[in-house]
Order: sequence, then C-alpha cells, then structure tokens
Amino acid sequence: MTSHGPDGHLPQRSAVTDGDTTGQDLSLLPDRPAEPVSDPGIPPHEPRPTDVDPVLERRAERQVAMLFASAALLALAFCVAYFTIDESDIFLGYGALNLALGLTLGFALLFIGVGAIQWARKLMADHELVEYRHGAASTAADRAESIAAFQAGAEESGFGRRTLVRNSLLGSLAVLGLPAVVLLRDLGPLPGDAFARTVWKKGVRVVKDVSGEPIRPEELSVGGQINAAPASFFETEGPDGTVIPAEYEGHQLQIEKTKAPVILVRMAPDDITPGPGREDWGIDGILCYSKICTHVGCPISLWEQQTHQLLCPCHQSTFDLADSGRVLFGPAARPMPQLPLDVDEEGYLIAADGFNEPVGPSYWERG
Amino acid sequence: MSAPAPNTTGSTRAAPTPNLPKRRVIGTGALTWVDERLGLGGLAKKQLRKVFPDHWSFMLGEIALWSFVILLLTGVFLSLWFKPSMAEVEYLGSYAELRGLHMSEAYASTLDLSFDVRGGLLMRQMHHWSANLFLASMTIHMLRVFFTGAFRKPREMNWLIGLALLQLGIIEGFAGYSLPDDLLSGTGLRIAEGLMRSVPVVGSYVSFFIFGGEFPGDVIIPRLYTVHVLLIPGLLLGLITAHMLLLVYHKHTQWPGPGRTNNNVVGFPLMPVYMAKAGGYFFIVFGVTALMGALLQINPIWMYGPYNPSQVTAGSQPDWYMGWLEGGLRLMLPWETEIWGYTISWNVMLPGLALMGLLFTVLAAYPFIERWITGDDREHHLLDRPRNQPTRTAFGIAGVTAYGLLWIAGGNDIIAAQFGLSVHTLAVVLRFAVVIGPILAFVVARRWALSLQRHDRELLLHGYETGVIVRSPEGSYSEIHAPIDPNRAYSLTTHERREPLQLASPVDANGVAAPGQAKERVRARLFRFWYADDVPKPTPEEIEAAAHHASHDGGNGHHVGIETSGMVGGEDFASHSSSEGTSAVKR
Amino acid sequence: MKKLSTHRRHPLAGLVVVLLGLVVAGGLYAAVRPAAAEGSQAGDQELIAEGRRLFVVGCSSCHGLNAEGIETKSGGNNGPSLIGVGAAAVDFQVDTGRMPMARPDVQAPRKEKVYNDDEIAALAAYVASLAPGPAIPAPEDYSTEGASVVRGGEFFRTNCTACHNFAGAGGALADGRYAPPLRGVEPKHIYEAMETGPQQMPVFSWLDEQDKRDIIAYLQRLEEQPAYGGPSLGSRGPVTEGLWGWVGGVGILVLAAVWIANNGARAGKKHQ
Repeated sequence: MTSHGPDGHLPQRSAVTDGDTTGQDLSLLPDRPAEPVSDPGIPPHEPRPTDVDPVLERRAERQVAMLFASAALLALAFCVAYFTIDESDIFLGYGALNLALGLTLGFALLFIGVGAIQWARKLMADHELVEYRHGAASTAADRAESIAAFQAGAEESGFGRRTLVRNSLLGSLAVLGLPAVVLLRDLGPLPGDAFARTVWKKGVRVVKDVSGEPIRPEELSVGGQINAAPASFFETEGPDGTVIPAEYEGHQLQIEKTKAPVILVRMAPDDITPGPGREDWGIDGILCYSKICTHVGCPISLWEQQTHQLLCPCHQSTFDLADSGRVLFGPAARPMPQLPLDVDEEGYLIAADGFNEPVGPSYWERG
Repeated sequence: MSAPAPNTTGSTRAAPTPNLPKRRVIGTGALTWVDERLGLGGLAKKQLRKVFPDHWSFMLGEIALWSFVILLLTGVFLSLWFKPSMAEVEYLGSYAELRGLHMSEAYASTLDLSFDVRGGLLMRQMHHWSANLFLASMTIHMLRVFFTGAFRKPREMNWLIGLALLQLGIIEGFAGYSLPDDLLSGTGLRIAEGLMRSVPVVGSYVSFFIFGGEFPGDVIIPRLYTVHVLLIPGLLLGLITAHMLLLVYHKHTQWPGPGRTNNNVVGFPLMPVYMAKAGGYFFIVFGVTALMGALLQINPIWMYGPYNPSQVTAGSQPDWYMGWLEGGLRLMLPWETEIWGYTISWNVMLPGLALMGLLFTVLAAYPFIERWITGDDREHHLLDRPRNQPTRTAFGIAGVTAYGLLWIAGGNDIIAAQFGLSVHTLAVVLRFAVVIGPILAFVVARRWALSLQRHDRELLLHGYETGVIVRSPEGSYSEIHAPIDPNRAYSLTTHERREPLQLASPVDANGVAAPGQAKERVRARLFRFWYADDVPKPTPEEIEAAAHHASHDGGNGHHVGIETSGMVGGEDFASHSSSEGTSAVKR
Repeated sequence: MKKLSTHRRHPLAGLVVVLLGLVVAGGLYAAVRPAAAEGSQAGDQELIAEGRRLFVVGCSSCHGLNAEGIETKSGGNNGPSLIGVGAAAVDFQVDTGRMPMARPDVQAPRKEKVYNDDEIAALAAYVASLAPGPAIPAPEDYSTEGASVVRGGEFFRTNCTACHNFAGAGGALADGRYAPPLRGVEPKHIYEAMETGPQQMPVFSWLDEQDKRDIIAYLQRLEEQPAYGGPSLGSRGPVTEGLWGWVGGVGILVLAAVWIANNGARAGKKHQ
C-alpha cells in the first residue's frame, strides 16, 4: 500500500488513528498545516574552536595523547605495585596493595576513556547526519510471499489434514515432558517430618554455645542471657578423661544448628507470666526458648534484659519472653517455642522434654 | 566498473583479480579474506555509518552493558581461584583472626582470594560493585524508557526482554553474593528457604529439592555456582544480544526537535563517533568500577565469619536491589491461617513471592494497557516528554515512590539506629506511608506535569520571562517576555493532540446492541482519565492572536511568543523602555 | 598619656579587655570553687562517706536517696535500684560518662565523664557497700596476653553481633534504643559491661574469664585491623554500600554521560 520513495522516505499520510489495525505502515507525526510551529529543520552546523583554530586543535590532540600516555604509565605502575607491595602493608589505615592496584588500574582505564571521549568531542567531525527509518514490518509483498510459502509447506506436510498423525505426535511430545520432570526427582529427599524434629529430648544437657560447658542455674543471674545449644553438639570428656566426639558434626551439625539453638534467660519470677501448663518449665526464673525466629528462621540473640523483648534483626519480629514468647510486633505470626527445663543429678540444666511444636518458620504441613 | 566475472561456483560476486595492484587502505588484505568467506559487505555498508541520536539519557543502558562485560571479566578471574564446595576444611591462610577455624571450602577460597591472591580483593570488590551498578543502571534505564514512552510499538518486545534481564540480574546477584558462604549471605539463604517453605502444598518439597535436603545441606553452593556462572550468564548473554539486535533493527528513538521526525534519526555515525564515545564510556565505567574497588570497601566477608546457623549480625540486609522485598517482609502484618491442619503463611508469601510477581506483571503489561486505552497502533520513534503524558508519568512516580518506601523500610533498623528512632514506630509509619505515599505522589506528579504543560503553552504564546520589569506611565508594573527561539518552540509542539475516543454508536440501525460495549465504555473512561486534562497546544490562530494582542497592549512588556527566523537570543530590551515600541510579531 | 589615648581605640583593645575579664573571672572561680576530694583512699569508710556525699548530690534524684530506685506509676522507674549492682557497674556507667544522664531518655549514651577518677572510686565504694556485687576488675582480668583472637571471634559472633553488629558498629534495639558502637571502648569497660549487663544489655558474667579475655582481644584486633578493602563506609553492611554505590557509582557515571553527550563549546559567532 505504501512504497518507499526514491530516497527511502515514506510519503506523508494522515496520522489520525483511522482504525488501521495493520498499523504497520510508518506514519509521520502530524506535520499538517494545523500545527502551530513548522519544523525549522536541523540547525546549521556550528564549528567548534578546534575546528577553526589549529592551535586549539593541536592542543586538544596533545591533551588526548597525554591522557593515553598517562594511562600507559599508570598501567605500568600497577605492575610495579603488584610486585613490590606486600599484602600485609598498610597505608593510612587501609590495605596498601588494594589501594595501589585499584587506583592505578582505575585511573589508567579512566584516562583511556576520557581520552577517547575527548577525541570524539573535540577532534572527530561532529556534523549531524540524517538517516531515514524503515517501517518495522516487512513489505506487504514479502509478507504475502512468506504466508504463501508457509501455506504451501503446511499443505505439503499434511499437518492440518492428517489429524491422527498430528495428534499422536503432539501427544508423544507432551508425554516426553515427563522424563524431563522425573529426572529431577533426586534433587533431594522428601521432607517427611524433618522440619518438626529437633535433637532436643528429655535429659539432653543445655550447654553454652562455642565452649560447650554445662550450665548450673546459679551461674546465670537475673538479667542474664546465655546462647545455648544441646550437649550433643560438642565433644565431651568421658569419666576416664577420654574425649568423646560430638554426636553431630559437619553438614549434619549445620542442619541441626538451624533448629536446635536455644536462648536461656533469667528474669525475676514476679515478672514472668507462665503459659498454661508451663508453670514448671522454668527453674527459678530461668526460661529456655528456641532462638530460631518463627518468621523466616534467623537466629535471634538480641534480648533486652529489662523489657524482656527478643528482637529479631532480620525483620524486627519481637517476642516477649516473660509471656511464653508471645509476638509483640512484626511479621512473625507465631510465638517463640519454649523448651521445658529441669536439673540433672549433678546440678546442670537439662531439657525436661523436647519442643512441643516445630521450631522455626511455618510450612504447609505444620498443622 | 567492469561487470563481475562469473566464477566457477556460480556466484555473482566479483572474482578476485590478482593482477590489479593492491590498494594501500588499512587492513584491506585481511578484510578481503574475511569478506570472501562471510560476505559482510551488505551488512557493513549499512551499519558502519549508522546514525545514533545523542543524549545522556540514552547512555544509561550502556552502563548496564559495560557493567555486564566487567562482570564477565572479573568473574572469570574469580572463578580461577574460587572453590564452589561446601566441604569442611580448616583455614590455614593469612587472615589470622580465622586461622584454625573449620569452614566450607567456598568461604576459605574466598578468604584466599581476599588475602593470598594479589589483586584478588580488588577483583572481588570490582565484581561486587559492578553487579550493583549493573542492576542500578538497568533500573534507571528502565525508568528512562518508561517515562519517555520508548516501550511503545515497535519496541514492546524489547521492553519485555529488558524486564527479563532485570529479573535475571536480581537472581544472579543474589546467587553471586551467596557463593562465599559467609554469615550475612547464609542468613539471606536461610530467609530464602523460609520463603520457599511458605509456598502452599509444595513448599517443603521445593525447599528440600533446592537444598538437596534440609537447609543448609551440602549442595546449595555448588548449585548456585552453576546457576551463577553458566545458566544465568548464558541467558543474559542471549537476551542482551537480542536486546541489541532489536535496537539496531528499530534504530534508537530520539527526542523531538528541529529536523527530527518520526521517520528519521538525526545524530552522529557509529564509526567513528559512537565507537569512540561508547568505547570511551566502557573505559570510564570500568575505571570508575576499579576506583570503587580501591576506595569503597564492600562485603568484608572476613568480618562476617563463616556461615553458622546459630549466629547472626545486626543489620542483616540483602544487597540494595532486594531491599524493597526486604522492606515488604518487614512491614507485612502477621497474617497466617490454619485450615484443616495446614498452614498458609500470608505474612511470608505475599511480600516474599507475590510482590516480585506483582511488580513485573504490572511492568510487563503496561505497554499493552496503554496501547489498549489509546487505540494507538502506529510506530513511535519520537520520545514523549514526561509532562506530555501526565498520567503515565504519575503512575511511574507512584510506582517509584512505593518502591522507594519499601526500600527504606528494608533498612529501617539502620535508619533507626542512626537517627535514634524507634524501629517499631518507623515500621508502623512506613506501613501507612507505603499506601498513602504512592497515591499522594500520583496526584502531585500529575498536577505537576499538567502545570508544566500549561507553562509550555505560555511559552509559546507569550515568550519567556526575562526578569526585566517595566513600569508603564499609568503606574502599572509588568514583566517583559522575550520570544523563544523557533527551535525550542518547535520542540514544544511536536507532541500529539489527542482526540477523544469516538465511541461507536451503542446500538445499530435496528436497535441491536453492539457486542463489547461494556469494554468500550471502560476504555473510553480510562482514555478520559488518561488524557482529558491535557492542556491543548496552541493552534496557529491562537499564536497569531497572542502576537497581535502583544503588539496592541500598549507595550506593557512584549509578549511575543516565538521569534522569527534570523534572530538568535532575545530582542534588544532598550527599545522596550518606551510604550508602543517596536513590536508586532514579524511574521 | 598620649600613648594610652592613642591605643584606646586600637582594634585589638576590645579583645584584650575580654581576655582580661575571662582570666580574672576564671582565676577567681578557681580560687573560690570547692576543691575535689584529694587522696581519699585513706580509709574505706572515708571513701564510702565521700561516695555517699557525691551520690546524694548527683544521683539520688533518679536513683533514690538510698539507691533504692524510684518507681513510677506505670511500673517503670526514673532510675533503677543500685543495691547489688556492684562497684563494677558504677565504674562502667560513670567512667564512660553514661551516668549521670544529661536528661531522662530511653538511651544513656557514652559521653564526656563528669566525675574524676577519685570521685568515681568513691561512688563505686559507696554502692558496693550497699550489697555484694561485681567488683571492679583488676588489670589481669582484662589483659589480652595469650588470649586467642580466633576463639574470641567465635564468642563475639555468637553472643555479641546480634546487637552490636559484625564490626562492633552498633545496631538498633526496640523503642529508639540502640546497642552502641564498640570502637574506642577500653578493655576494662568491655569487661565490666559483660559482667554487669548495663541498661538493656544482658548479663554475660557466666562467660569464663578466659572467654571474656578472648572477646576483648578480638575487639582490640578489630580496632587495629586495617580496612583491607578501602574505607569501610561505616561497616553497616549492604545498606550503606548500596547508598554509596548509587551516589558514588551511578551518580558519577550519569554525570559522565551528561558530559559525553554534551557536544561542547562552539567557536562562537566570529568564526562563522
């Protein structure tokens, strides 16, 4: 319907949307007489100082060349720094090697870039050129020919006519998707009830994290907080002094650490409101809670001893440890699970039982 | 020119003629060798002097492109030393504060890169900084394309490709900074696992399949490594190539201006100007990245320590481009429902998963929504000034406001600690702000754009304010306006007048209701909402009238709108001091 | 006489008068102001009495005349009871300038200390006399000789970073409070803080003595450590890094783009 003029320029046509849904023809923005200001055309070229003054031109050339030369020198300085500065050297309180390598490399690259830009801006011809656009669509003739070619091919293939052959092909391709999916089955084991299980059970000692030392209630004063873990995470000493290795180590230890860490806090008994059935879960005001946030699982060690608030650093879920770990603020929906405490024959703190609910973030089957 | 001699292969290309002397043009011999095999002449003749328009806002996408190249280069360096393995090793390197500790090989090798490979820390920091720059520049490039309407036909697919690039970039960045297996990024992975769990029905399976069992397991780092080094870079490379090819085919859009039409491109040629400018910009981006690597410490993993699920640091945030999601997680209300023994964690699912999907769906749909509303099926190669699309601009600003408020919420504990505010109060305030802010921003931005349109109209009719005040003999003060130059005037008028949508008659001659009427009514209403308040640009008659008025208003300031040709700059103000001075529109 | 009158309006005359006035006033004040108690180590009872005197003047308005605390109706307090907090708590609070607080607030920040060492010793002795509590540590208690920095780091990351952040740069608590930065804190004060649990900080006295020394050693090493990668931007993590990336990185590159696309000076009319 439209053809390209001799210079590739499409003829003007009315640009009002006239429902031409093919819309493929390039149309001009209105340049009708109704426009208030007519196109003044590309402004005439104004020369730059370097175009008219050979002194300035040579100066610009020298400037660009100096930039490139400096870049080369800095690149060499990089190499010198690499071999002469030691990794432990310090400059003004910063790592000297990183500073030297980064500055030399950075400025070397920067100067090359700036030089290239100045070359373009000051010395390369800066006459504006005009190029004509073509419509994005192919010509009507091309389109018609390709449609015809496609139809000829489709006709010859019989894809449309031979429905049995076609449908059976599509069916087989669809079923072929199954192996692709099935192959991914061994990405991992099935979850089972893994999320609900922790290593805590009756009798497991509550020990200080990092050192693994067992805890006597007297050690913890009011306002105190111990970041604790089950004793099975640490080596212990047998009765005859032999070292008994930890029950969990390596990756298994890492996995259990996402669920088992607990926080021991001691408050004045008057300040505590024990939950129903939890009156004997504490020892003299010492309470034990999971420290894995019930929102999305960050461990929480931030406890304010006077307000009794446990504040998660990740999304600021706040739990009241004097009130069964109730959620005071934030996106967590469930209170912090509590671990019942007891004291063993030697006077050390132990778990009186495991957790009575899954710890950590919720999941579909949590119940 | 002699007729091409047919050669034995039957092609009609000119056969090599060894008897002619070789021309002393640079590289002719090698080029001929290549051309005889690839026949690139047709392509080269069109593309070598391809014209690109010049504007700084067109270079934002270039920052992303060059950052990608820098990521590839620095990434290859890192991959020569990094060990993507979670096997437990004892650290015996130079960083004394961690020597003897057990950690994953991934973390230990990152420490080696930082302290025992010369230049390793620099490359690590450059890699991380350019990842941040990659995403930041994609974001502002996307905003530029949105606010100037460069996503319209024929560039809708390029817009979608761009969104895919942004999405992939976010995942790539997250995977990348999780590779060192340090405390901060491990905490991030922990949160990601919590997000996976919140998916109904299949959440725990998704978590187990991705982590190869219970979190953290021993395969997530090697898997993330493959994603980060092979899968996503491959996709990025392919999509970037498609993005560039479409740019070459469609040619770049340009700002309206004198000599610039929807049918041409005015600018400078690829060779030599843009090769120099774009190539130079590559070196500038590279240089700035290296300077950032030297002068701004980023991700000091040696201070975080190896990932330990029972440890955490205050101020745990993801990198900036996920800050808005983090903010969503922090601000969300604690909604969780339990039905028949099953738990749905809205508090995690909605901000963590649905928010990302919402943003990208809205962004992806916008070009098509606008096209449906306007019914505009023409190709657009001239950019919109944002003021001429007030509703689009207002939606964009509202979106940016919502994003920005969520982003701030993601850092609320740092802000609270820095300024002595309460985190909880800040969270509550931001909860309201995230809803009210975008609405306010929409209203303000739209009004601002409309008033800028009014200002443009004033410029055309009455010229610009010079700041020179004149007192008439009667005692009144007025400001002299000077005419704007025709180039600028033209640029102010190239946008379109939008005619209101003509609704077809709802019933035909026989009284039968036309189908799709409800949709058409909605469309018409939306069209009115989008465009009805636009200030119409003056007609030639109005400009004539305004000039006429100016010449007869007793010389109380010249309010001539547009200069005539031949005058650059303002008129001589000294001649205005007397009333009824020289005036009139010289037309 | 002439010399005097010629200098009366000298520009520096006013300044000289002011300086003279300051010197005279300061000297008079110094001569008249009550001298601080000197060398009150002579006798525990004297020290305690001195401490009592200082306490009544400077602390009792919030902590009660007998350090029993002053409770408010809402269940809070103007100042908690100091009975049993021990000399270590007093030494920490007053030596770091936290106490006396400049005004009632949710946070008692570290600031210029108000009392000198002798006065602090007196106050500590008085409070210690009220009930048994942690004593001021001896230098061996917080000496870092032979301490394990590696082990200290492990303890630090398990017990301290959740509030004070990985670099000891501090972090937010609830209600506008914050865990303060640990830079520039003396080893003695770190020990005392762990021992007494000041304000919202929990009591960490259950840590072994060696554990505490290891933690102090790690903190000292953190302070001495150079910023290997360049200026540390406050060590607050990705938030500040992102801010700098946008301002320093994107900002500079956008400015560079503006420069590149700006097609530069023109030769002007005379060359056309």
